[in-house]
Amino acid sequence: MAENITYVRDQFIPAAQPPVSDSTIVGWMRKNLFATWTDSAMTIAALVALLYFLPGAIDWLFLSAVWTGENRTACLTVDQGGALPSGWSGACWAYVGDRFVQFMFGSYPRDQLWRPLLIGGLFVALLVPLLMPRAPRKGLNAILLLVALPILAYVLLLGGHFGLSHVETTLWGGLMVTLILSFVGIVISLPAGILLALGRRSQMPIVRTACISFIELIRGVPLITVLFMASVLLPLFLEPGNNIDKFLRALIGVSVFASAYMAEVIRGGLQAIPKGQYEAADALGLNYFHKMTFVVLPQAIKLVIPGIVNTFIGMFKDTSLVTIISMYDLLGIVKASFGDSGWITPVTPLTGLIFAGFTFWIFCFGMSRYSAFVERRLDKSHKR
Amino acid sequence: MAKKIVTALVGAAVLGMGAQAAQADTLSDVKAKGFVQCGVNGSNLAGFGAQDSAGNWSGLDVDLCKAVAAAIFGDATKVKYTPLSAKDRFPALQSGEIDMLARNTTWSTSRDSQLGFDFRAVTYYDGQGFMVKKELGVKSALELSGASVCVQSGTTTELNLADYFRSNNMDFKPVVFESQDEADAAYNAGRCDAYTTDASGLYSIRLKMANPDDHMVLPEIISKEPLGAAVRQNDSKWLDVVSWSHYALVAAEEFGITQANVEEMKKSANPDIKRFLGEEADSTLGADLGLPKDWAVQIIKAVGNYGESFERNVGQASPLKIDRGLNALWNKGGLQYAPPIR
Repeated sequence: MAENITYVRDQFIPAAQPPVSDSTIVGWMRKNLFATWTDSAMTIAALVALLYFLPGAIDWLFLSAVWTGENRTACLTVDQGGALPSGWSGACWAYVGDRFVQFMFGSYPRDQLWRPLLIGGLFVALLVPLLMPRAPRKGLNAILLLVALPILAYVLLLGGHFGLSHVETTLWGGLMVTLILSFVGIVISLPAGILLALGRRSQMPIVRTACISFIELIRGVPLITVLFMASVLLPLFLEPGNNIDKFLRALIGVSVFASAYMAEVIRGGLQAIPKGQYEAADALGLNYFHKMTFVVLPQAIKLVIPGIVNTFIGMFKDTSLVTIISMYDLLGIVKASFGDSGWITPVTPLTGLIFAGFTFWIFCFGMSRYSAFVERRLDKSHKR
Repeated sequence: MAKKIVTALVGAAVLGMGAQAAQADTLSDVKAKGFVQCGVNGSNLAGFGAQDSAGNWSGLDVDLCKAVAAAIFGDATKVKYTPLSAKDRFPALQSGEIDMLARNTTWSTSRDSQLGFDFRAVTYYDGQGFMVKKELGVKSALELSGASVCVQSGTTTELNLADYFRSNNMDFKPVVFESQDEADAAYNAGRCDAYTTDASGLYSIRLKMANPDDHMVLPEIISKEPLGAAVRQNDSKWLDVVSWSHYALVAAEEFGITQANVEEMKKSANPDIKRFLGEEADSTLGADLGLPKDWAVQIIKAVGNYGESFERNVGQASPLKIDRGLNALWNKGGLQYAPPIR
């Protein structure tokens, strides 16, 4: 029967090639790189710039670099008293290798390094599952990371109890200091910022005035001034001998500072929530606490994730200002190592700064990527 | 009201300092706690205070800290170092965070009086100098008329530079940079004919040049920068210990006592040397200073004499290769002079 119906096709048409302009590399390039005259010009300019800089950078960073060596002579040319050919220039990674432990932990006693390493390991082990949406037991995980770990870190890193030798904070340094300062800053500034932002929008005049004064006072002063005052003026007012630890002062300074900025970011989110949401929560009979935690804050914070992460990243980098109060964070300790006559060469400062910059970049880029991931996950209703 | 509070606070602080001054006895405190807390340079001055990759401190300033610890405890490792920035060093000493400051600090009237410190021993006579490229053929700073000079802004260096050229009726083009690193890079790139900063710094900057042998430090020194150890004012017992630890280093060089031969020298026939090393039966020099009898022996065993310390940290045995110059002994044309130890 069916074979008589001439207008019914009984075999597939072979699939046609997709339009050339979409499928091939040429098509992709035409669409993305050479769509208009200005696009083409910019593509070519970018290519030329890459070709101009990239070979030199790769050569300097990797091909000509010195990877092993005991001291400065490894990175010196014959003119400077070393063995490398005259006119050589390249990265001196041997110096970073030699200094690596110091860049990570400062002067922390070398036989006690298991302490910061253990804390670091636990930090990663607790942070990673907390960041993964599918990992279970978020509440317990958060308590362990935000409450148990800091207490353990305090006991273990500082020592002086349970038979552990006491390690003064003046011996701490390097990436360890950067990470502790920023972790504590982040953990304190987010809740403190939320409270300050809510306080600033409160109907109660005393709370509101207090919050506004705090935020405006702290935001009106540079961080470097806060640190400097805490480091230089405070000891003059205290009895000699019972100073508040300098590291603690820096921690407080950084946290207070970040909280004020965070408060303003959160307030931006709160103001973006339509009045109807507040009224609807009121109409449902929710009290203030429930209204905020169930209705307003989840929406407000979701809106300002980029701003929050921006503040975190800014704070992470601001921690290097503690160098002026003689605490040596990653950047500080890298710069301090330029003064070691065992490693003075024309290329060590540049190598050290590239290493410090790259390390900062890894952390900041990681934070930024994770925030993009969270935004995508939470942004189901506004997806572009 | 606010003014009153501030006044009260400042008053309290001053009173606190007064109380501290009245009972200041750092030597007893140091003996009680068992170590010397020494403020040193945390950054950027090779040869004076720097940490190696294993975390050990070394340098000319650091050697004085070690000498003081050796004199008190007979053990140069009983020092705790506080690396300090230029801005942070004075408050650290004022507040009692450190016992002594050995951080290439220039001894000046205002620091001695206004800041409430005492200086006595000068560990290094520094001064502002010039570095030029050898190819310019300049042999003296007086030939630098019309030169462009790289200098760091906001320092006394910049003012000294202007004064020097004006008093010698010469022209110059200052090329001013915010940080030392920028100034180094600019000079290295040929932005200026000469570079000026303290002479000790010039030698370490020369090591960062692509070709150190193309550059020379000119002989003229245009400012006085005596670098010394500072302690808090009104604590002469402690000042004595710190200064005589330095003088012991200098005296040891004068006597020809070195790290290697100190045990032999104990048997010397020279009464001055025997007294210095605590070998005379009635020698009370150590006890008078509040130190053990063999304090000088311990210092020399720990760091050698001044010349040895100098050569090891900044001199020919170090990458810096600084000449003794002003820091030679007084009888060899320099300024290092120890008062008689008797």
